[in-house]
Amino acid sequence: MTVTPTRAVGTDFDRVEAAEKVTGTARYAYEHAPDRDTVYAVPVQSVIARGEVVNVDTDGALTLPGVIAAVWHGNAPRLGPADDPELALFQSRRVAYRGQLVAGVIAETLETAREAARRLRVEYAQEPHDVVLRVDHPKMYKPSKVNPAYPTDTEYGDPDAALEKAAVTVDLTYSTPAEHNNPMEPHATVAVWENDGLVVYDSNQGSSAVRDTLAGLFGLPPDAVRVIAPHVGGGFGSKGTPRPGVVLAALAAKVTGRAVKVTMTRQQMFALVGYRTPIIQRVRLGADEDGTLRAIVHDAFEQTSTVQEFAEQTTTPTRIMYAAPNRRTTHRLAPLDVPTPSWMRAPGECPGMFALESAMDELAIACGVDPIELRIRNEPETDPESGLPFSSRNLVACLREGAARFGWADRDPAPGVRREGRRLVGTGVAAATYPAYRLPSRATARAEPDGGFTVRIAAADIGTGARTALTQIAADALRTAPERVRVEVGDSALPTASLAGGSSGTASWGTAVVRACEALLRELDRYGGRRPQEAAADTTAEVEAAERLSRHAFGAQFAEVGVDVDTGEVRVSRLLGVFGVGRVINPKTARSQFIGGMTMGLGMALMEEGVMDVEFGDYLNHDFAQYHIPACADVPDIEVHWVDEVDDRLNPMGSKGIGEIGIVGTAAAVANAVHHATGVRVRDLPIRLDRLVG
Amino acid sequence: MRPFVYERAEEARSAVAAVADRPDAMYLGGGTNLVDLMRLGVAEPARLVDVSRLPYDTVGVRPDGALRIGAAVRNSDLAAHPAVRRAHPLLAQALLAGASGQVRNMATVGGNLLQRTRCAYFQDITKPCNKRNPGSGCPAREGDHRNLAIIGHSEACVATHPSDMAVALAALDAVVHLEGRDGPRTLPLTELYRLPGDDPRRDTVLDPADLITEVTVPALSFGGRSHYRKVRDRASFAFAVVSVAAALDVAGGVVRDCRIAFGAIAPVPWRARRAEEALRGAPATEDAFAAAARAELGQARPLRDNAFKVPLARNLLVRTLTELVVA
Repeated sequence: MTVTPTRAVGTDFDRVEAAEKVTGTARYAYEHAPDRDTVYAVPVQSVIARGEVVNVDTDGALTLPGVIAAVWHGNAPRLGPADDPELALFQSRRVAYRGQLVAGVIAETLETAREAARRLRVEYAQEPHDVVLRVDHPKMYKPSKVNPAYPTDTEYGDPDAALEKAAVTVDLTYSTPAEHNNPMEPHATVAVWENDGLVVYDSNQGSSAVRDTLAGLFGLPPDAVRVIAPHVGGGFGSKGTPRPGVVLAALAAKVTGRAVKVTMTRQQMFALVGYRTPIIQRVRLGADEDGTLRAIVHDAFEQTSTVQEFAEQTTTPTRIMYAAPNRRTTHRLAPLDVPTPSWMRAPGECPGMFALESAMDELAIACGVDPIELRIRNEPETDPESGLPFSSRNLVACLREGAARFGWADRDPAPGVRREGRRLVGTGVAAATYPAYRLPSRATARAEPDGGFTVRIAAADIGTGARTALTQIAADALRTAPERVRVEVGDSALPTASLAGGSSGTASWGTAVVRACEALLRELDRYGGRRPQEAAADTTAEVEAAERLSRHAFGAQFAEVGVDVDTGEVRVSRLLGVFGVGRVINPKTARSQFIGGMTMGLGMALMEEGVMDVEFGDYLNHDFAQYHIPACADVPDIEVHWVDEVDDRLNPMGSKGIGEIGIVGTAAAVANAVHHATGVRVRDLPIRLDRLVG
Repeated sequence: MRPFVYERAEEARSAVAAVADRPDAMYLGGGTNLVDLMRLGVAEPARLVDVSRLPYDTVGVRPDGALRIGAAVRNSDLAAHPAVRRAHPLLAQALLAGASGQVRNMATVGGNLLQRTRCAYFQDITKPCNKRNPGSGCPAREGDHRNLAIIGHSEACVATHPSDMAVALAALDAVVHLEGRDGPRTLPLTELYRLPGDDPRRDTVLDPADLITEVTVPALSFGGRSHYRKVRDRASFAFAVVSVAAALDVAGGVVRDCRIAFGAIAPVPWRARRAEEALRGAPATEDAFAAAARAELGQARPLRDNAFKVPLARNLLVRTLTELVVA
């Protein structure tokens, strides 16, 4: 594969929709008003965690002036089969978790709909619930695969015997709590039925997928559904699949014949849009005295709901990180009466690498080896499990570059000895990794009569800068200036594209855009440059024919923390990340992605925790006053760098995805730094002062 | 949200009259807590009487540093007032430690004092709560109570009072001025709040028609040597895990006088009179400070998951007093 020569790619090209966004003219889903008669639907959530809806008394709600309808299982239209049973709205009386939708109320105003929703009397037959994850849960089982399609377990050599014989072993258990996706823009939909078809303005990570899902549920051909999502205020995976709100909007619009708006409140999002499962992880490492790994065993125990299986691929990064002849990774799941967990920024890699990279730090201490040196000593030449060559792997370069920039060389490994006033200070390091996925997509490119170009693809710009990156990629492929290129995304009427997920967007869509642009140039050539001309590309064959290689991005995360000796308060004073991610398309938007990921990792390390209310079965702290994410004051200094990485076996751009790797390893680097500062090893996130005050 | 009538009061007497005979009427200050509670369905007033524009929006300063603070003064204005910063730094620090700049620009002094607990169960109308729904039970006792009370709580309620400002005012012997059904009266701030006992419904001793008009803060000769320190789970915009307001008067290595109050450990801003008693006349040493902390926190009855607050409150008091000696 030849990597395209670049002019626009690699420059700090400004976001093409920046002016619209900062002036407030960029319209997000909820701001669309297809007609004057738009009405509002409000979801009603279950207040039991398990049981059945016996009846819904709608009388009190329907007498309120302005209320149009109340829908529930007793009167809702039947829907077609749903791949995701969470979307089979009001199709059953079963209640599988607290917060599940049991009804919806539609009214002329949002305030009326909310008040009517509160007046709805839902009668339940409650059953005892089971919401606590534990390793010895009797229902713990082995799923047939883990997200999206990885083997559940892997085993090579004889890890148990190797652990037995190893000179140095660590056997450690880590836990991470439920963590909740909270994009700035809540999930929102405006739905309207027009000419027997359905149009939805929706906040999502892929309009093609939402179209297909709605078509299946409402028994429509896919081209009778149009999903429009020009601007999306973040997703982190929670908008990667349709959520109940979009179905409620379409259903309510069907029942009322009106255009209907639905949005989730922040509180509702804690039950309805997926979250990172709590995970208990056991990591066993066996090594020679010099730290050379002989065995790696990584077991993950997670929860799913009884509605649908979601098996997080928590231990998959361990399959590619370090060389060791004997190794095993496993995943086990307990189906509980809880909301269905789902994707949250770097599912698998993020929690898995917290455990593995904490354990590597503990092994480094046990062996008396510098933690960076330990990782370098265990660097594999090829993928340690598949045996495939890496398309590129620059973990060692990232560690070395980071060490030099961070000032690691003079680090005294002794824990708990550095004081600055009333603070103990420490530093920590951890590795990061994320797969370089690419998925099939289609795109068209058109040479317009005015000399410009239009590129169309149903990609999603969820605030990442995808529209801008694709503009740069198209400009280079067309050998023109990016100002001459208009890229249209965020509409299912455009050529079908893969999701903004798995950090695969730019690689997947960029390939389709490059191929469409190349085809257009050939057309223009053939017709002597006569305009207009249009060309299309479908990358299915190209993606499927890709050489079998191990394709992953790598990185190194460094953290410095201060811990108040009196109060145990941990504050991060510095984060520094160095990444090997192929060619960076747009340094400005890329830096923003890395900083965002690292900030989210800081929150994971120190703050984020969905607290399960065992008595009632829901996540108790379901708002931003209680569920903490970092405030600006928590993020004083984040430095991001990348190494020059040329990889021509990825895609025409030579790029790896960057949306998720920034969160991977950050929490371990912080936890390792807390240990270095205090001598206290915290293996259960988040690291709050409770554990450090004494 | 239930529909409600909004009216703006022109003067205190008419405001009191507007609320006095209506059990479902409430005063509205900056609205930073009440409006949230209305959205959540926790508060359901049928009538809001907006008192934020009453003529109690100034800070008066006497030459000795005593303050007369209008109840409608915004938190940010009070925090920025030169006399507050000079003579009562702990009050300015407490205000600035609360919420965010945007919230402080809205919140009033009167409303800050009367804000409700942030206990998760109180704020969720789908769950029991003795404070919100008397007799329904307190799930926090066995459920999540990491950041609830360790002292002054009861079987019925383990909530904490969320205000930072009130902790500083409790330490400063502030006096609350009220307009009520029977005319004006005053109340020491520490007597404004009541412990939950078996009736946690009411946070204060006030009648629903009582309107806070002013808060006066007496002069404190050593008020300049004071500090408010708030421990929290992130660097800003978080309620306290534990906080302390302290003022210290030391001469010749001996504590002549002191004022101490804790926040976030009790259902009320917790004036630490036992600690103060232990300190007066004691040497200004870490050992004496720790002994004072023990004198106060010996009464603590932590719950399953908040025992860490006891050493945290102790450490915080020792640290704060130690720094005041050095300052």
